Amino acid sequence: MTKTNQPDGPTQVEIFRRMALLKANDERARKVIRSGRVQMTYYSYRGQEVIPAAMSVNLTDKDYLCTIYRGIHDMLAKGIPLRDLWAEMAGRVKGTCKGKGGPMHLTYPSKGIMVTTGIVGSSMPIANGLAWASQLSKDGRVSVATFGDGASNIGAFHEALNLAAVWKLPVIFLCQNNQYGEHTAFAKATAAKHVADRAVSYNIPGVRVNGNDPYEMYAAARQAVERARAGEGPTLIEAVTFRFFGHVFGDADKYMDPAQKAAAMAADPYPAFRSKLIADGTATEAQLAEIEAKIEKDIDDAVEFALDAPFPDVAEVTRDVYGATA
Amino acid sequence: MSGGKKENQMTMIDAINMAFHDAMEEDPKILVLGEDVADPEEGGVSGATRGLSTKFGEHRCRTTPISEQAIIGAAIGASLAGYKPVAEIMLMNFTTVAMDMIFNHAAKLRYMSGGQTNVPIVIRTMTGAGFSTAGQHSDFLEAWFAHAPGMKVVIPSNAQDAYGLLRSAIDDPDPVLVVENMPIYWTPTDKPEKGHRVPIGKARIAAEGKDITILSYAGMMNKCLAALEALGQAGVSAEMIDLRTISPWDQETVLSSVAKTGRCLIVHEAVKPFGVGAEIAATLSERCFGKLKAPVSRIGAPFTPVPFSKPLESAFLPDTAQIAETAIALVKGKH
Repeated sequence: MTKTNQPDGPTQVEIFRRMALLKANDERARKVIRSGRVQMTYYSYRGQEVIPAAMSVNLTDKDYLCTIYRGIHDMLAKGIPLRDLWAEMAGRVKGTCKGKGGPMHLTYPSKGIMVTTGIVGSSMPIANGLAWASQLSKDGRVSVATFGDGASNIGAFHEALNLAAVWKLPVIFLCQNNQYGEHTAFAKATAAKHVADRAVSYNIPGVRVNGNDPYEMYAAARQAVERARAGEGPTLIEAVTFRFFGHVFGDADKYMDPAQKAAAMAADPYPAFRSKLIADGTATEAQLAEIEAKIEKDIDDAVEFALDAPFPDVAEVTRDVYGATA
Repeated sequence: MSGGKKENQMTMIDAINMAFHDAMEEDPKILVLGEDVADPEEGGVSGATRGLSTKFGEHRCRTTPISEQAIIGAAIGASLAGYKPVAEIMLMNFTTVAMDMIFNHAAKLRYMSGGQTNVPIVIRTMTGAGFSTAGQHSDFLEAWFAHAPGMKVVIPSNAQDAYGLLRSAIDDPDPVLVVENMPIYWTPTDKPEKGHRVPIGKARIAAEGKDITILSYAGMMNKCLAALEALGQAGVSAEMIDLRTISPWDQETVLSSVAKTGRCLIVHEAVKPFGVGAEIAATLSERCFGKLKAPVSRIGAPFTPVPFSKPLESAFLPDTAQIAETAIALVKGKH
């Protein structure tokens, strides 16, 4: 990757801030689940923080996001407020969805977070529709669909990429290739050498980047956003990364090669980027420590807010199935 | 195709086309998408959408690849951004390919988002045995969708209802499946008036009677009405109800009719086990038990795929003689 299209200093620090938020929130979520204070099915994204952090600094609140069950990092980077997030994860009435969606179906339209799906592959066809709306109304918005490497083997991926290409939609397909689909290693389930290679079939750019490198990820994201905003159509980005804590919280990872996992964790992008910012003189240790401390305080506040919030009234069970008709 | 059509009559397919023209003229947010729907592709395989892309542009009436998941996904996404897409899934059997988008997403997003988002889409699809279209082009699957919280399901039996239900479905804030019974597309019936609406959830009493309530919808409704003569000859006065909406079905109209007649026969083309008739029969036994003079009875297709060969297909379909016979037996106490 060339050094054009690179983030300036303040943008680098902002990418770091978002990574710090994502990492701290994941650590806290696992801690809170272990403590028994919140019961939820949790898909840790630890290790994948660079991708949404570097993607989201290229987006505005108006741009749309369709994400998946392993998507809390995507939403935090896109700006979902911590209190609303935590209250939803705890099933409380003050959650984004009044406790009716939970961590797998978070929705927050004012930040463009339109759909979170628990179905592998289903973020993409819906992102196309949002992008179609933007194309029709010429509002300049970009839609981003995130998904894992496993989703590139499901039919919805292929239908969505083909339609987006034929219709030249302002959409970005962001594959977070964490190298496992559930418990199955990428190569065992995927005939293509790389997910990005599949873009060739749809006559759109397919870009493969190191998803743990903020500079590469930023450049690819920026280029795809500019292309979409210019009306030039979709891009498939394959951001290669690694998930540190398996498929679902409690997963023992026995299907993983221990050496591969150890190497990936040793190459944790978070401390690496932190050191680089300081070494480059882009930020000071004190500045980054202050960012981290503020995030910890914000998460303390959000967890407390969530656990103090009431559960929804049971009357909520039958509400919101249908809207009022005229 | 429209032989014997009188001046004040129209076919169902023309009524659907007219509903599109009227609705899209009134509201620029209404979009149409699906396989072959634009005019260069002949405005849909049955011509339901003909003229729309010419009049409103291919950006509003857009032909898609043969990709049912992508079609419904695009409709959902555009609806989340304020549009009102009407997606055509050519045949009801093809909805099964898009079931994830329909059931897991369109139907549930309002609920799962705590009411922050809603999916005001219409899904039109056609089906029905009678043209030897066999096992994968003819099924009535309305019960599948009626079983999905968040979905609404309507099925017209004539031109006025086809127009009025489609207009109401487009107005509706939630996903509505419009099932069109293909073999009755070209039957002329009374012409709809521009702007006509048939409220979703409202049945129509097609004939008044006192001995038995016969409930049906789609082309089967016509077969029930054709039984009126035989019923009359047997001295049976039947109240005929065209359900029109499957979900939410009009319990008020049905329950008050059955409370009056004390008997009910439900007729549908879908296979009988676990069908719409089963749900209605269960509700009647819960809410009307003391007023029933006979067991609630159902007629549906046998529990088989739809066969191809003409005599087999005819044997598969419930018919007027069977409807009349069953209803007379219920009234005469020979059930």
